[in-house]
Amino acid sequence: MERQRDYVLRTVEERGVRLIRLWFTDVLGQLKSFAISPAELEGAFDEGMRFDGSAIDGFSRVQESDVLARPDPNSFELLPWADSYGTSARMFCDITNIDGTPFEGDPRQVLRRNLDKARARGFTFYAAPEMEFFYFENSEPSGAPVPLDKASYFDLTTADVASDLRQRTIHTLEVMGIPVEYSHHEDAPSQHEIDLRYTDALTMADNVMTFRLVVREVAFEAGVHATFMPKPLAEVQGSGMHTHFSLFEGDINAFYDADDARNLSKVARGFIAGVLTHAREIAAVTNQWVNSYKRLVVGFEAPVYVSWARNNRSVVVNVPPIKAGKADSTRIEFRAPDPSCNPYLAFSVVLAAGLRGIEEGYDLPPETLANLYQMTDEQRRAEGISILPESLSEALDEMERSELVAEALGEHVFEWFIRNKRAEWQEYKTQVSKFELDRYLHRL
Amino acid sequence: MQPLLVFPDPAPADLAQALDRAGYPWNAASKALGPAPVEPSDGWSGAVIVAADDPEGAFSVCRALRQRDVPLEPILLLISPTQAVDLELRDDLFDDFCLYPFHDDEFAARMKHLFWRTGGGTRPELVEYGELRLNLETYQAAIVGKPLDLTYMEYELLKFLVSHPGKVFTRETLLSRVWGYEYYGGARTVDVHIRRLRAKLGEEHANLIQTVRSVGYRFGQSRWGL
Repeated sequence: MERQRDYVLRTVEERGVRLIRLWFTDVLGQLKSFAISPAELEGAFDEGMRFDGSAIDGFSRVQESDVLARPDPNSFELLPWADSYGTSARMFCDITNIDGTPFEGDPRQVLRRNLDKARARGFTFYAAPEMEFFYFENSEPSGAPVPLDKASYFDLTTADVASDLRQRTIHTLEVMGIPVEYSHHEDAPSQHEIDLRYTDALTMADNVMTFRLVVREVAFEAGVHATFMPKPLAEVQGSGMHTHFSLFEGDINAFYDADDARNLSKVARGFIAGVLTHAREIAAVTNQWVNSYKRLVVGFEAPVYVSWARNNRSVVVNVPPIKAGKADSTRIEFRAPDPSCNPYLAFSVVLAAGLRGIEEGYDLPPETLANLYQMTDEQRRAEGISILPESLSEALDEMERSELVAEALGEHVFEWFIRNKRAEWQEYKTQVSKFELDRYLHRL
Repeated sequence: MQPLLVFPDPAPADLAQALDRAGYPWNAASKALGPAPVEPSDGWSGAVIVAADDPEGAFSVCRALRQRDVPLEPILLLISPTQAVDLELRDDLFDDFCLYPFHDDEFAARMKHLFWRTGGGTRPELVEYGELRLNLETYQAAIVGKPLDLTYMEYELLKFLVSHPGKVFTRETLLSRVWGYEYYGGARTVDVHIRRLRAKLGEEHANLIQTVRSVGYRFGQSRWGL
């Protein structure tokens, strides 16, 4: 720790860093930041930076509202984009109470706590998300979104703009130590996907936060709006955050078993069963907005059915095929989350569900071999396949009953989240949508 | 670390390579500059004197270095096997000697030991490989003169690799040497950091770190034919 701090202090001096941005995340997954000067840095390491948490979503408490931001020197990175203050850097922070204990409202601390549980069982948890998002013309927030591809005068030019943006985004990510596995234009107009290479879940959650900022920042500089809204356009597919997960025991992939017919270990089978069993309970966290459930519908390649299969995209847990001799790449792909989730909390509940399945020895249901999109409701029910919640309200009902989610998130986050999301749903319910006007105004 | 004085100028190629590889900064000096070669403003950290071709010149340089107000040490003398007898009565002129041509490992070990014994820096300040440069004093890395922004662990890993170019390391070795064995994450951590380093080095230089299939990683070409 000493040398890491020394490294940061030295780098700040050598590189002429003028501002250090301290990053943390609120309960809804919004990145929060405040800046300190190099002169304050040593104190920030020694004592943390005190601030009033009551203004932060999910941080408010009845009594003491002050908390401490403690920068994590491991996460120190120079910011590669222009800043009017000169060179600046960022560090992610853990939030603690004034007495130094982890602050229960801090999503990063929530994930740390869940990772500690996995660690106590000898597991390291890895994640690799596929981030999907849209580029739109920068227009009035109240207006309809205009995709870049279709929008403008010269199709060729606008297509180039988007792929150029993506290339610049990838370059910025790589400069910030976020390696990209793969990227391409998605099916929908103006939709793009960038897949991140796996890393431990805490670093990956930090990376997702950085990723969203980088994508928006690069787009913003080009006068374009990037969005991670799960379903911005009704008629085309939405944006998901399919995430590949694996557990390692030391250097051994705990999901792999050469003796199993499907090469899935008992740990993997338990993990998948756990995720499936609790998929409906954790949905409010992995898909946290009213709009998230507009994505989870049949017909747009989104997962709807709570089942698993190998190399099948209609299910919620897909087990990708692995190449011969690549036992270490054994993993599951959980297809429910969307890119507007809070990655700390989403990874926490997925891990908790998977660990529960392992601990309790849940039985893995049979693999789905048919295309679920083509089965009737009766057929699916006969197979015992449920569907993901159809609305935020339904997801919240499931979550509220879930002792697993309460334990994974902790009482503070759990209660605040339910309260906040119920309010969001209430507000949504009071709206009269275009759908209703179009359909009813003249007919009824 | 201040540069080492190397005699003669130009330095023999194998000596230059060995010093570069180990990351010692050095300047070659010839006798023509006078009995005491011109010293850099902040001094020499020691000297490596090759006596094989010009024993008289070599010994006079040693003597000049030892007769200064503050005698320079350590001095490593490189002699051909037949010159061993010439060391008689010259014990004050050098701190250790090594037969030349030398065996790489022996030379490296003697250098290390000399600097350890005389309390000089055992760590050079600058480590360079091709266009990559690490300043160990300031923790800064640069490629083609452009700063690389690294996290602490990325820096430590790169430093280790650059300090041992051409050698193949298993993930386990890297984990124990760079992270320390108490680190929990397992060898996956190494892969993750290697990828991050490659990403930061950029496409053009990513292949400085090579994956050696089913073994581990190697930094740089084995360009000295290792």
